[in-house]
Amino acid sequence: MRKIPNNKAWWLVLPMFLFVAFSAIIPLMTVVNYSLQDIFDQNTAYFVGVEWYQETLRNTRLHDSLLRQFGFSFSVLLIEIPLGIAVALMMPTRGWQASAVLILLALPLLIPWNVVGTIWQVFARGDIGLFGWTLNNLGLDYNYTANPLDAWLTVLLMDVWHWTSLVALLCYSGLRAIPDAYYQAAKIDRASRWAVFRYIQLPRLKNVLVIGVLLRFMDSFMIYTEPFVLTGGGPGTSTTFLSQTLTQMAIGQFDIGPAAAFSLVYFLIVLLVSWLFFTTITHMDKSDGGGKDVK
Amino acid sequence: MATITLKGLAHSYSAKPRDPLQHPDDYAIQALNHVWKQGGAYALLGPSGCGKSTLLNIISGLITPSAGEVLFDEKVVNELSPQQRNIAQVFQFPVVYDAMTVAENLAFPLKNIKMPKAQINIKVQEIAELLELTDSLNKKAKNLSADEKQKVSMARGLVREDVSAILFDEPLTVIDPNLKWKLRRKLKQIHEQLNLTMLYVTHDQLEAATFADEIALMYQGKIVQFGTPQALFEQPNHTFVGYFIGSPGMNFIPITRRQDAVFYQDVQVAISHEQQLALQLCQSANLKLGIRPEFIELTHSPVPNSYPAQVKSTQHLGSYQLVTLDFAGLEMHVRVSEKMQFDGNRVFLLFPRLWLKLYVDEYLVGEPPAQKAGDSHA
Repeated sequence: MRKIPNNKAWWLVLPMFLFVAFSAIIPLMTVVNYSLQDIFDQNTAYFVGVEWYQETLRNTRLHDSLLRQFGFSFSVLLIEIPLGIAVALMMPTRGWQASAVLILLALPLLIPWNVVGTIWQVFARGDIGLFGWTLNNLGLDYNYTANPLDAWLTVLLMDVWHWTSLVALLCYSGLRAIPDAYYQAAKIDRASRWAVFRYIQLPRLKNVLVIGVLLRFMDSFMIYTEPFVLTGGGPGTSTTFLSQTLTQMAIGQFDIGPAAAFSLVYFLIVLLVSWLFFTTITHMDKSDGGGKDVK
Repeated sequence: MATITLKGLAHSYSAKPRDPLQHPDDYAIQALNHVWKQGGAYALLGPSGCGKSTLLNIISGLITPSAGEVLFDEKVVNELSPQQRNIAQVFQFPVVYDAMTVAENLAFPLKNIKMPKAQINIKVQEIAELLELTDSLNKKAKNLSADEKQKVSMARGLVREDVSAILFDEPLTVIDPNLKWKLRRKLKQIHEQLNLTMLYVTHDQLEAATFADEIALMYQGKIVQFGTPQALFEQPNHTFVGYFIGSPGMNFIPITRRQDAVFYQDVQVAISHEQQLALQLCQSANLKLGIRPEFIELTHSPVPNSYPAQVKSTQHLGSYQLVTLDFAGLEMHVRVSEKMQFDGNRVFLLFPRLWLKLYVDEYLVGEPPAQKAGDSHA
């Protein structure tokens, strides 16, 4: 059969091409464009090559911010993932209690970021906030506006309050997907509660946990609104995370060029960490399946 | 190892079951009394939905019965969890712990009872050899075929020797016929070696008969007959047993009584003296005669006490032929030798006395006393 060359079909690709171009490629390229220039005003810009990138990588303010950011994100994961699993394991599985708990857990997820920041800003105050007032009356010298450690812990606590529900809900759905037969078999095999968790529940939670870890890592790595409202990044720079540093640079100081270079580095870091994590997990899966080819 | 006794057991899946006498449909198990002796190989046979699996799960403790008691030896175990009852159970569909290798799967029940490692290894090897799993010991369980998964499931059930009993819930459903036969033999062997109480649930009479010394036939939440495969075949206690066991099942002839004789339509059917006595003792109009296709004799010419019938069709099934007859409007099946020839349509039926059974309200009556031995229901 002779092939009839007809290139009209390319037009069908056009809508998708335009969509991707406007939603991702053009904005991203704008940032790339900025990152290579020194911009003074609308009409004055000079091409500077990779200078901004070099500066970004040498900037100690950014280094501090990055370290703080990693510390924060890992603390978030270390607390929220185990806590989320624990909450999911304790949740009732049927009846009105199950629905009630689901709604309660979903509530923090529905609150806008800046409102969460405001809630905690008031809640943690020493004079009128229940949390801060209680701590002070218990004899603890707690003041998140003055003490860097207090501020850091408060931001962490706020994030845990806001987002543990997400991990818990993901794990809850994962747990509900385990057929009863597995629990029955485990009972028959005289498995302890721990063995049931370790060998039946945990392996089957793996997929939802991968999603949970990725989401929580990316979100916490890009956290902006909540600490901005709660502490404004202070005291000092103790709770100034990457995104806030970036905003200060781009909007506060109007350093568009360095900010663009920094954005791209930031983006690459998130991408790199997520990719490393995901590849490691999928690779582990593959080596599990090694037996398949032996047949 | 234990003798398992069931006392007045009843179970309903509905939250508020009504009175069992007026609403038997609410119950999956009804007023069941039974003893499974230590060391026996038993089959629990019955159609789908008759309560077999429910009964098994009650024994293992996965389900708490609505009423009645389960005893292991002399001890009531109603309140004990499956873990405490120390029972092994193999489910209908394979359950393997897919994050573990086959060897780890087999070791799991032993690890849970804190058996020393060296001993676990020996035991795992032993059971893997028995079920021909040695080659796949290091494979991840999730990569196995359905057959192999079920073997792993089964091996996990057999790996502990100290269990009170091993319960099988149609374990061979997903296994292909060839292997099925082999595994059944294996189970039988294991039973002989280990002297364990084994209870095997199935809806397949052949499977039940090859595995078990004694079969309990369940119907509508009750055990209608408990006995050897032979007893179930020759002396069905209940019309359902007659219908369910054998292939095809028993022929039933609805009859009416006129004075001392019984008639099917206008044909008088001769019955034994015992059966006549039994009939005098009851009022019921629900009367049936039953006879197995294997026991009916056919002749080409009339002899005393024979009944005319029309041949409708014959089916050649290798070593025998199955003849479908029309006996005064009633369809009957007869199993005869392959050699028998049918020239015309007309044949005569002979019902040997010994094999013609009388059922009143679906239950067997009027048997000579000696023959009742060996069946526990009456």
